[in-house]
Amino acid sequence: MSAQTLQPQVVDTDKLVDRKLVLYFYLASLTFLFVSMLGGFLMALQLIRHNPFSGIELFSPGRWRMIHTNAVAYGFLANGLLGSMFWAVPRLTLRPVLSSHLSWFIFIAWQAVVLATAGGILFGQAQGLEWGETPTWIDPVALLGLALVVVNFLPPILMTPGPLYVTLWYFMAALVWTFLTYAMGNFMPEYFVTGSAAGAVGGLFIHDLVGLFVTPIGWGLMYYFVPILLKKPIWSHGLSLVGFWGLAFFYPLQGIHHFLYTPIPMFLQYGAVISTIAVELVVATVIINFFGTLRGSGSAFITNLPIRWFYTGMVFYFLTCLQCAFQTTLTFQAIIHFTDWVVGHAHLVMFGVFGLWIQGVMTYLMPRLLGHEWYSRKLCEWHFWLSSISLFAMAVDLIAGGLVQGTVWRALLPWEVSIDASMPFWVVRVFTGIGMFAGQIVFYVNIYRTWQLGLRPAPAAAPTSTELPAVVAAT
Amino acid sequence: MLESKGSVLVIAGLFFFALAFVSNALVPAMMYKDLPEKTAEQLVTANLRYQFEDLARRFPASFEKHMGKPPEDAAAREKWLNEKCAESLRIGRKVYVGEACWHCHSQFVRPVSNESRRWGPVSESWEYQNELQRPVMFGTRRVGPDLSREGGRRSNDWQAAHLFKPTLLSDGSVMPEYPWFFEGAPDKPNLRGLALMTYLQWLGSWLESYPYYEEYTASSLPADAAPSEVAAAGDAPAAGEAAAPANPAEPAADGGAAEPANPDAAADTEKKEASNAQPTDAELEAAKVAIPGTKPAPPPTGDPQPAESQPSPTESKATENTNPPIDPAPESETPQASTPPAAVEGDERPPAPALPEALFRTASLLMQAI
Ligand code: HEC
Ligand code: HEM
Repeated sequence: MSAQTLQPQVVDTDKLVDRKLVLYFYLASLTFLFVSMLGGFLMALQLIRHNPFSGIELFSPGRWRMIHTNAVAYGFLANGLLGSMFWAVPRLTLRPVLSSHLSWFIFIAWQAVVLATAGGILFGQAQGLEWGETPTWIDPVALLGLALVVVNFLPPILMTPGPLYVTLWYFMAALVWTFLTYAMGNFMPEYFVTGSAAGAVGGLFIHDLVGLFVTPIGWGLMYYFVPILLKKPIWSHGLSLVGFWGLAFFYPLQGIHHFLYTPIPMFLQYGAVISTIAVELVVATVIINFFGTLRGSGSAFITNLPIRWFYTGMVFYFLTCLQCAFQTTLTFQAIIHFTDWVVGHAHLVMFGVFGLWIQGVMTYLMPRLLGHEWYSRKLCEWHFWLSSISLFAMAVDLIAGGLVQGTVWRALLPWEVSIDASMPFWVVRVFTGIGMFAGQIVFYVNIYRTWQLGLRPAPAAAPTSTELPAVVAAT
Repeated sequence: MLESKGSVLVIAGLFFFALAFVSNALVPAMMYKDLPEKTAEQLVTANLRYQFEDLARRFPASFEKHMGKPPEDAAAREKWLNEKCAESLRIGRKVYVGEACWHCHSQFVRPVSNESRRWGPVSESWEYQNELQRPVMFGTRRVGPDLSREGGRRSNDWQAAHLFKPTLLSDGSVMPEYPWFFEGAPDKPNLRGLALMTYLQWLGSWLESYPYYEEYTASSLPADAAPSEVAAAGDAPAAGEAAAPANPAEPAADGGAAEPANPDAAADTEKKEASNAQPTDAELEAAKVAIPGTKPAPPPTGDPQPAESQPSPTESKATENTNPPIDPAPESETPQASTPPAAVEGDERPPAPALPEALFRTASLLMQAI
């Protein structure tokens, strides 16, 4: 870090970042979130027996469920994270990414991959791999795209002299991991192994996708934005180290916890369970570190919108990990596996943590990208409250529903009983979904209005971000 | 050192990943290295072939249209059927994946949570060592029941009508309908429909206890009036001669409660059936009238819950080929399907914990409130 503060020449960081590119990534991200939510609704409506498009092939709820999860992972999260990296990496390293042409090519190629994935799934071409439903013929292209991302981002990071700041550890590792994970998960179970072993690889893949792609980039962004916004360094560098290395070591070891009680050898299942619990401890240190950082500026949680998004996400992160520590035990697995408990968990982590973080970053950056203050702070508040409360309600609802389902199954009641018992929870899910959706609509309106204001010829001086990475690097 | 690029890239990025890859992915792969991986052709067992030919008998026109005509010569015919059957398995799997059936149905029976009593033997590794489990179809969520022992449990007629419109056979089912596997009517499956049914009948066809049935306990409760679906099905074009719901005379089975009636237990089960569940002739007559397209028959006194479909074009066909040749389980037409929850009255029923029932009651009250 010291290396950055000692950087002799003053670099105009604003020139390093292609704001239009970041903006486009964000718009793509939000578009896919919109599509994804529509898919979620279709499945949710099917489950409460109110599917308006019943019997129409292109509205097959199963296909839209896959679009739902894939659009979330590769459309919403990946675009949001990539866009944020295009902002953070050049500012943190004081160097541009390898090539701006390449950056735009990546943008276009990535959207093409996601659209092709959605199209492929829609026409029944899905691959039978959770989170990897991308049709097999797209996989190599997507992998190539990921390789380009690595090539684009690594040079500025590698050219930075001296030891790196926390964010860059996470980014650098995530770039490598994502590429490897994607290659492993999409090709091995399809072409090289079968049966239980393929299950083990599949478990590793879904797990690593969250743990080695989304999580490290998400935390990297937190380590970058939180000190900037709070205008002070991260509380403890030691804990940052523990957090990173603990995650790097334990996270990839847990894949099999997705398939407990399968024919996969039991000692491997135990191993996965133990390392899962170990990673919860690591997570606790990271959370402590961030709340330690917040200490003394607690009011920022109320007044500073992005900080509120970030820290709410961290609270949810803590809850998810707590939940995970339970659900990974074999005792809980017996009941909750295959139930809505897991679906609740998935929403809590995907939207409640990473979704909130990305939207927090967007809340912070949008005015800087659009060249105008937010059109309405009130709408920002609505966006926050609608999203976070609805999400939390959805997660609680589904987790409770999962417990009911699991108990009904174990009691050997007829299958229909479990459906009937789930119905109230599914109805609530639709309403909480409407809440989340409404939050997005509010956000879109606010962005649109802000954009219009930014177009006006001579507005009040556009806010230029004044924070130099030096502030961050001062840890 | 821990902050340096080299260590982050090499130790965290590559080494830790490799470590996890070896321990979590390569170790299981090596452990199963010696279990041979079967091709689809090798998966065609007598059980499955029986079901495949049954498709040809039940849906002769559709079968010929989409699969072709089997050669006359016996040996050639044998080969042809095996090939077509394997090909159907592959196509069926593709459909199963493409429609995300695996996001609502699991394919493994766990050793916990009474699952082996509900579905059958706990899943084992060798069962997955084949081409159709690449990638493996363990599944992610159970909105519907596990399917790994589905083969032989329902007739092809049942599967066809159920895929066409699940509510025909399972009251209030939340499973989506798949009319695009059919050419307008449940007795006219297209290639995808035939292949998917082959795939479904394959699931579990490798087990000795095939077909595996849940124990069936007759409903002692008078059920409510004939389901409206009967009438609804009548609206479906061309559903007239074939179609859907069922033989109302067949008593509804208990979908979940109780012991596996594997072949050993079959005799036992049969007795019980005979004592309190055999449909009377009069009821059977009533059932025949209840063909959609005509007016639904007045509900017979038994249980009008449509539990098992008999949509075969002619009555004789439906009866002549119900038993798999190699497994003479006598109750293979035994309905297994939906039961109103209240119907769980069987004496064999394991003591259910009070909690789920209470929960369920709360839930259903809640639901009524909504
Ligand atoms: C929305 C989730 C959902 C999807 C998607 C789904 N199903 Fe189902 N399925 C269910 C439910 C719920 C039941 C139980 C009620 C019933 O019998 O309809 C069920 C029941 C079944 C049964 C009867 C099981 C038995 O023996 O009792 C079969 C067979 C089946 N589904 C096959 C399929 C196939 C094949 C597909 C894909 C084309 C599919 N399902 C897609 C929810 C789903
Ligand atoms: C409009 C709001 C939403 C609705 C109505 C909705 C609904 C659903 C439904 C019905 C499912 C399938 C559950 C099942 O099979 O039982 C699902 C799965 C899932 N959703 Fe959503 N969803 C919404 C928003 C989101 C968002 C914003 C995210 C993430 C950012 C998300 C992430 C997921 C994930 C990861 C799964 C897979 C769960 C699993 O397989 O375990 N959803 N959603």
